[in-house]
Amino acid sequence: MPDTYNAVVPTCPTEIAVSLRGVVFGYDRRRPVLKGVDMDIPRGKVVAIMGGSGCGKTTILRLVGGQLRPQAGHVVVAGREVPKLTRDELFALRRRIGMLFQFGALFTDMSVFENVAFPLRENTDVPEELIRDLVLMKLNAVGLRGTARLRPSELSGGMARRVALARAIALDPMLMMYDEPFAGLDPISLGVVGQLIRKLNDALGITSVVVTHDIYESLKIVDYIYFISDGKVIAQGTPEEVRVSSDAYVRQFVDGAPDGPVPFHYPASGLAEDFVRVA
Amino acid sequence: MLLEPISHGLRRIGRGTLATITRLGFTTRFFLAVLAHSGGALRRFNLTLREIYFSGVLSLVIILVSGLFVGMVLALQGYEVLNRYGADESLGIMVALSLVRELGPVVSGLLFASRAGSAMTAEIGLMKTTEQLSAMEMMAVDPLARVVAPRFWGGIISMPLLSALFATLGVFGAYLVGVKLIGIDAGAFWGNMQAAVDFRVDVVNGFIKSAVFALAISLIAVFEGYNAQPTAEGVSTATTRTVVASSLTILALDFVLTVFMFRGIGSR
Repeated sequence: MPDTYNAVVPTCPTEIAVSLRGVVFGYDRRRPVLKGVDMDIPRGKVVAIMGGSGCGKTTILRLVGGQLRPQAGHVVVAGREVPKLTRDELFALRRRIGMLFQFGALFTDMSVFENVAFPLRENTDVPEELIRDLVLMKLNAVGLRGTARLRPSELSGGMARRVALARAIALDPMLMMYDEPFAGLDPISLGVVGQLIRKLNDALGITSVVVTHDIYESLKIVDYIYFISDGKVIAQGTPEEVRVSSDAYVRQFVDGAPDGPVPFHYPASGLAEDFVRVA
Repeated sequence: MLLEPISHGLRRIGRGTLATITRLGFTTRFFLAVLAHSGGALRRFNLTLREIYFSGVLSLVIILVSGLFVGMVLALQGYEVLNRYGADESLGIMVALSLVRELGPVVSGLLFASRAGSAMTAEIGLMKTTEQLSAMEMMAVDPLARVVAPRFWGGIISMPLLSALFATLGVFGAYLVGVKLIGIDAGAFWGNMQAAVDFRVDVVNGFIKSAVFALAISLIAVFEGYNAQPTAEGVSTATTRTVVASSLTILALDFVLTVFMFRGIGSR
């Protein structure tokens, strides 16, 4: 573990795969998205990060993957402080991280087979015969070996998500990140993707971070949940703790209440002021 | 009171100038980054070859048909003027010089920007919008090396070849109209052309022009695509910017290059 990390975060144990400490980030310096996020993702666990749209969930994944740099704080993955890595070190780390994007992000000019083979061909010197076997194995793991010759445009949303999952695990990552894996899926596909996340995590012995706002599916498959609001972690716990939580924000999220700590109305001037005002 | 509109105008000019300089700076940095990532595109030449197919081979129809018609129209109009002075046998010279020096590089450049440049921008912009570039980055693959550099070099290689084909088909079109339709002597048409067109001065300079245009169009196309806002409107705006910026750049560069290349050539 680098000295800089030990100096600043001396208590980070080796069983923590990802650690965020006091992370501040904003796409615009005047409006920070994250205002001091603290979070630990234990090895071998499936952890969900939940929160309303635009609260910074996906931003956390991009910070962990080194696509964004925090304005303050520490992002540590596998004992390495991500913002301090050189380009080569960052690429070496990314080879150990798989990421499933919201709508799969499959390469539309390639077939399903070529999509899954892409990280293998680009990052390894594995012979083509072995690549073929590996690709078919990964596709078989997500139940889509029969789609190898299809184009991404011929797949349903759920199938595209599963192919993208096969591609993400092609290099046998130690950490999998899922960005809204349940968005826009029918109930069957949603259940399939949820079970795949859990089974792959346990079978491959990896760590998984799931960014989502699907509370019901998440409660079924994850080990721990972080709730983000207003740029901070405002609640956390196991699925059992979340189910019985009396925290107002968690309750609003679990019950799907339209009004609560997250208001129904966007901040505006008084009703009378807007409607009574004479043009 | 009077100073207010003046200072407002000056502020606007200043902001516009700063924005233009900033964009030029970004483009230059982007160009250097693309060059730095070009090793892979040239080593794995199959990636570049694929882009040559998409931007070059698939542009053949529009380039060849346009070249043929431009040559035929040039012959008709040129004959009309030359005939007044009894110089109709110089038609071959006029057509060949116009096509090789000017119309070949410029018109094929404008067509290339509209057909291939806009496609390059839209493709890269859509890859960005659908997070394909982000996915590539997360797979430890640099999109500049894997996506941008092959397209950039594909454009640079294919555009001068298209320009040469445009000029060739133009000359053929002029032959059809001048010799076959109007009845100019074929020997005079080809012989005068051969005597007047200089390989180094005309053909090589025309080729250099098209290579410079190719560099400008390819750079603008990949820059606009890579820096497009990741929305439908952003990709549409970037595609439009590619066509407009490429076309204006071609015309401006053509004037500058012509001044340097053909100054005083007419007196030889």
